Amino acid sequence: MIRTALLIICGLVAGCTQSASDATPAQIAPEDLQSGYAFLTAETQALQDDAFGNPGLLWVDRGETLFHAEIEDTPACASCHESGLSGVAARYPAIDRESGKLLNLEGRINQCRTTHQSLDGWDYESDELLALTAYIANQSNGMPANVDITGAAAEAYQQGQDYFLTRRGQFNLSCQQCHTENWGKQLRGDTISQGHGDGFPAYRLEWQSLGSLQRRLRDCDTGVRAEPLPFGDETYVALELYLAARAEGLTLESPAVRR
Amino acid sequence: MASIRLAVPKTAAQGEVIEIKALIQHPMESGFRRGSRGEVIERDIITAFECQFEGETVFSATFHPAIAANPILTFNMLASRSGLLTFTWTDQHGESWSDQSTITVA
Repeated sequence: MIRTALLIICGLVAGCTQSASDATPAQIAPEDLQSGYAFLTAETQALQDDAFGNPGLLWVDRGETLFHAEIEDTPACASCHESGLSGVAARYPAIDRESGKLLNLEGRINQCRTTHQSLDGWDYESDELLALTAYIANQSNGMPANVDITGAAAEAYQQGQDYFLTRRGQFNLSCQQCHTENWGKQLRGDTISQGHGDGFPAYRLEWQSLGSLQRRLRDCDTGVRAEPLPFGDETYVALELYLAARAEGLTLESPAVRR
Repeated sequence: MASIRLAVPKTAAQGEVIEIKALIQHPMESGFRRGSRGEVIERDIITAFECQFEGETVFSATFHPAIAANPILTFNMLASRSGLLTFTWTDQHGESWSDQSTITVA
């Protein structure tokens, strides 16, 4: 009798563990891969395509100024990166050779500031960090995401995948359930996108501002009523890596305009 | 510092009607919204825009709280002679931002 009860409890626990994390990462077929752009209205697409009026370009302009600005005795970013940083954003997040840590573009900029320029890092979502990130990301527009998920990055990739597959929040939803299994369907007034980060930093109409991919991830976590992680959290950086690898086949389009 | 983007044709024919676009980075906080703790987010908006050609006003606008963040304006001007266009935005506190563009009329 006791043995049967124990078995049932074990079974229940096992069942719960399994439902908490969907073990198999489903894939979107390569021919079905679509950027968030495909889920926008024609008007919002036109705003993104407007080479003058895309509001994200305000930050790109500012980033260009910051990139070339010398601050007192500190050399400008441009003094090292003379020929620009075309293609760099497509390789990020990437493992930093010196520290062995996985860095996203924001983390890389701040690391450059502290180690090479003897300046303080910028806060996440500060206008300056967004501007410089957008300026660098914009130089890789039209290029395919090409992140390295082997070697030292393999562990982070796994960590990011685990986060993507784990159900969380009061709604008990994983990223995968919406963005891989149910994209294209209606969620209240919106069409569920495939959840790619290829347009970030992006100008979201909801924010009326440019914002980082991590700000978007925090919104998603809040949306399923889970506690969002703090900005710059290494799990989010790992998730960014997973998302970049998952979007392989799409091209970068920052600053994109999103709903 | 507010970021500004201007689209003014560099050259125009005499008597041509040209299109001008002006975009500025500004939150245009309406004053009607509340933060996550229920506190009122104070109004912070641009209230006036003016475009001058060599000291003469060619276009002006008054902004109210219903204008979205990072406002863009598109307007037309008759190109009569070469000169300097000055664009000025002024917010409710009297702070202003300005940028200039030269047009050559042949």
